[in-house]
Amino acid sequence: MYKYWVMEMMEAHHQQSLAIQMKQRRLANGHKPVSIPQEALPNGLHRENVNRKHTAQRNGITKSASSSKNNVPKKEAHPSQEGKASASYEPTPLVWAVITFWCYFILVIVGWVRDILRKTGLENTKGGQEKEHMKEFPSLYQGFDNFYVRNIYIKLRDNFNIPVCGIPGAEFELAERRTDDYNWTYHMTGRTKRCINLGSYNYLGFAENSGWRHEEVRKVIKEYGSGVGSSRQEVGTLDLHQELESLVAEYTGKEDAITFGMGFATNALNIPALVGKGCLVISDKLNHASLILGIRLSGAVVRVFEHNDMKSLEKVLRKAVVEGQPRTHRPWKKILVIVEGVYSMEGTIVNLPEVVALKKKYKAYLYLDEAHSIGAMGKTGKGVVEYWGVDPKDVDIMMGTFTKSFGSSGGYIAADKKIINHLRLHSHSATYSTAMPAPLAQQIIVCFKTLLGRDGTDEGMYRTRRLAWNVKYFRSKLKQMGYIVYGHDDSPVVPIMIYLPSKVGAMGRLCRERGIGLVLVGFPATPITETRIRVCLSAGHTKEMLDKTLDAFDEYGDLLWMKYSSQEVPQTIIPPYPQREKKGDENEE
Amino acid sequence: MESVWSFISPEPWSFGELFDALRQAPMYHIVVEIILVVFIIRLLLTKSYPIESDELTEAEKEELIRDWEPEPLVPDTPEDHPDLKSRVVTKNGSTSMVVNGKEGINMATLDFLGMISRKETEEAALKAAGKYGVGSCGPRAFFGTIDVHLYLEQKLASFCGVEQAILYSYGFSTVASAIPAYAKRGDIIYCDEGVSFPIQMGLLASRSKLKFFKHNDMDDLQRLLEDQMALEKKNPKKAKVTRKFLVVEGLYANYGTIAPIAKLIEFKYKYKVRVFMDESYSFGVLGKTGRGVTEYSGVKIQDVDLIVVSMEMALGTMGGFCLGTQYVIDHQALCGLGYCFSASLPPLLASAAHAAIDCLEADPDICERLRQKASFLHERLAEIEGITVSGVPISPVKHIRLVNSSGNRDADTRLLQSVVDKALDRGLVLTVAKYLNDEESFLPDPSIRVTVNVDLTEELLIKAVDIMKNTFSEVFQKSG
Ligand SMILES: Cc1ncc(COP(=O)(O)O)c(C=O)c1O
Ligand SMILES: Cc1ncc(COP(=O)(O)O)c(C=O)c1O
Repeated sequence: MYKYWVMEMMEAHHQQSLAIQMKQRRLANGHKPVSIPQEALPNGLHRENVNRKHTAQRNGITKSASSSKNNVPKKEAHPSQEGKASASYEPTPLVWAVITFWCYFILVIVGWVRDILRKTGLENTKGGQEKEHMKEFPSLYQGFDNFYVRNIYIKLRDNFNIPVCGIPGAEFELAERRTDDYNWTYHMTGRTKRCINLGSYNYLGFAENSGWRHEEVRKVIKEYGSGVGSSRQEVGTLDLHQELESLVAEYTGKEDAITFGMGFATNALNIPALVGKGCLVISDKLNHASLILGIRLSGAVVRVFEHNDMKSLEKVLRKAVVEGQPRTHRPWKKILVIVEGVYSMEGTIVNLPEVVALKKKYKAYLYLDEAHSIGAMGKTGKGVVEYWGVDPKDVDIMMGTFTKSFGSSGGYIAADKKIINHLRLHSHSATYSTAMPAPLAQQIIVCFKTLLGRDGTDEGMYRTRRLAWNVKYFRSKLKQMGYIVYGHDDSPVVPIMIYLPSKVGAMGRLCRERGIGLVLVGFPATPITETRIRVCLSAGHTKEMLDKTLDAFDEYGDLLWMKYSSQEVPQTIIPPYPQREKKGDENEE
Repeated sequence: MESVWSFISPEPWSFGELFDALRQAPMYHIVVEIILVVFIIRLLLTKSYPIESDELTEAEKEELIRDWEPEPLVPDTPEDHPDLKSRVVTKNGSTSMVVNGKEGINMATLDFLGMISRKETEEAALKAAGKYGVGSCGPRAFFGTIDVHLYLEQKLASFCGVEQAILYSYGFSTVASAIPAYAKRGDIIYCDEGVSFPIQMGLLASRSKLKFFKHNDMDDLQRLLEDQMALEKKNPKKAKVTRKFLVVEGLYANYGTIAPIAKLIEFKYKYKVRVFMDESYSFGVLGKTGRGVTEYSGVKIQDVDLIVVSMEMALGTMGGFCLGTQYVIDHQALCGLGYCFSASLPPLLASAAHAAIDCLEADPDICERLRQKASFLHERLAEIEGITVSGVPISPVKHIRLVNSSGNRDADTRLLQSVVDKALDRGLVLTVAKYLNDEESFLPDPSIRVTVNVDLTEELLIKAVDIMKNTFSEVFQKSG
């Protein structure tokens, strides 16, 4: 029962953190420049020294660390940062910030007027209505959410939830929808349009419906069916789960692993098994909703640090250790730092070496969510840990999902045996929800086998190299065009800032007409003024597909005035297109 | 005015005069004044002293950091903890499964209708896998909406006779996301003490005020509602914006009991509370055609504001869905956390669920057959000595609990576990119902959860009961 008290206690805290967050957003317009230096060296040639110098200067970690007993040797703290890409964060140009606010201002005014018209019955109210006999109940909704949906989101609704009629591969079939009531309801016409898929999280192109991997999955469907019907703790542990978990442990370099049927639930339902009352969680400001929910359910106190800002993280850590718990000043039982590998809305790559150094210095534990980086980052796809050359042992909890690079569904946690044993017994998810269905597990197993080269080809490596090439090529071309592109140059998530909701609608529709499927992200996934296009690159994208997309971006960027950047972008040297070393998959084109 | 100015302005003063005044003053006066001044200075200093000391020096901070020793991230788990010995399934089927290499009658999995091993669902899954691959590779808003999701949502809505349905990709997260999508801080939730853990997590995430009433005790609920009504009379303004929700389960997973939905609907209109009902265990089980508790009790399904169902039970896949009016359901498309921020259900699972609904629709008697078998088993189990079988006879989930508890939860659990282990050796797969003892709001007593699968024949049921009877009597004898 104590949880319910904790919840009450957290209320005050939450309000505070929310208020701070909102203030910061207002102040900084959402984005402080990230601490990674802005340099645009073509390819790691001279970067080593430059980068080191910057690292030392920018965080003060090296300085303060050397005065501490828990000092981490410098080599270990920055194992291999040479050749690491830089982040580019260009703040919103002032004039566009003003115009964006003006745009929303008009939308809100128009919305208000229309709400009044609806109330007086001059305008038809569309969409779902409260039933007559329920009208005397206290209203089910209040606040801004529904105003936003009714008056703003609805105008752009044709750009979201577009049904896909086939496999979400490098190209896909988008259903054509019609609406007779201005986006309130749709019906599918039955026609489809073939588009380049720049939205799905199919980083390694494992969303497939043919080939040996697919055949393996079919076999498993026939053998096990598509459900399990019991939880892992009861009788839901299949032999496939054990095989999968040993592969995850091997791939991530940890002792053991546990898997679940949904990535979101992996976070939301396992963090409470790790921290609780008297513990502190230090969370990146832009962490995913599932992490925030997990923290909330755990009953731990949470402090938020600026997105990927190591100075801010150190400040929060230091204050926490020195001051202890609020009011009683008792020391915290433990401190858990939660970060993501690649941030799905920002494209930022976490500054892992520094996080690890800080975590060691302050004896905190580290929880790394590799949802978007496992498979997609690092030479052999082993995530940001491999990308930065950090020892997996230094990351206490490695979490990731199978929805992205593996073209399946579910999530894992890899850690020391002791931690995994604890989770097997105390995870909400392992106790109360049914285990991952066998076909999903098999899909992941065959992907791991490919990535580890167990299929006798170099398909896995070839795919990671192709993805890396696509990322370099696409990002540098976009920047040269003058777009404001967020995130690191090596990040497969490419957020392209658009700011204005009206342009978002225009760009989405124009590109779809031209056979390009774009994901447009707005509120509630981003702050309301930072609407953007988010491209997720895939190893499956060919150079022709990317070129076609870039042509469209070039043309529409001029048409819609979206090349906001005023930064000088030097020519990037694009490495040669990757070639196979061995024989590839038999189902390769 | 004049006088005031002269008083304030420094004009009439001069240092000479001041000195004169000092010289003329008596000695004791000066001594007293000096002492006073010294005292004041001292006071000032002592007062500032603790302020300064509050601020830790860098060295002190370093020392604190050095001295702090965190607890280990997780407590130690003994390597030989009995629950760590995984029971590995190498073959699953509706009537029999192979656990740890031993084949047994399946009375442990939750797919009451045997949908996991049906040819229809398998074919649908194969067909979908051939067309869509495995994963959907995105959340619903961002190219994760596959046409089969829309077909399934339409099918579910029309099957149940509601305006709209919304699909989630995980059973647990369905109800845990649906509740906080509506209930917020400041709202009141009335909740049955017997609700299962996913609902409890939804309640926790909502941050609403929680009021628990005794399991299925309508008088207790009415008392709470009356109390609130009396409060609201005093502050009608606040009452107008305070939403009230009633959260119950249709068929309680932990007790096998059925919610008195007719009474709850009566309360709904009387006290203006919205009713949310989790029908995970009753969908496909209760009611003439398997539409759940509302059909069973003869209540209009539209009177329940939100129905939440996990597809991991009767439908035999993964995921879940919510049913309700368009006004209610649409909100979750942007505010249901597990819906917005997670990849959508893999299309092959959606297709399998769709096929399962088709099977249910084509053969509605399957529910009646299931209930008959459940009742049959209930009667037989009741004959076993030393145990009680909780719940209504028609419930396909039954909890077998000890009549004479030792008073020690661990001992009871161990005893039940030994029954489960022995039964497996004799060809019956059972499981102890697992709970997180420290996390449950109202921890149910330990039990063996027996489930009835519609494919089990009468002979198999009799055989299973015999095994249970023998095992229990043997274990009871041994434990004295
Ligand atoms: C960082 C992060 N964690 C977890 C998840 C949830 O994963 P899933 O889609 O498998 O539920 C996501 C998904 O979008 C994510 O970005
Ligand atoms: C990144 C992050 N983590 C954690 C929290 C804390 O959330 P809550 O107090 O709702 O659990 C917030 C925000 O409020 C946040 O932005």
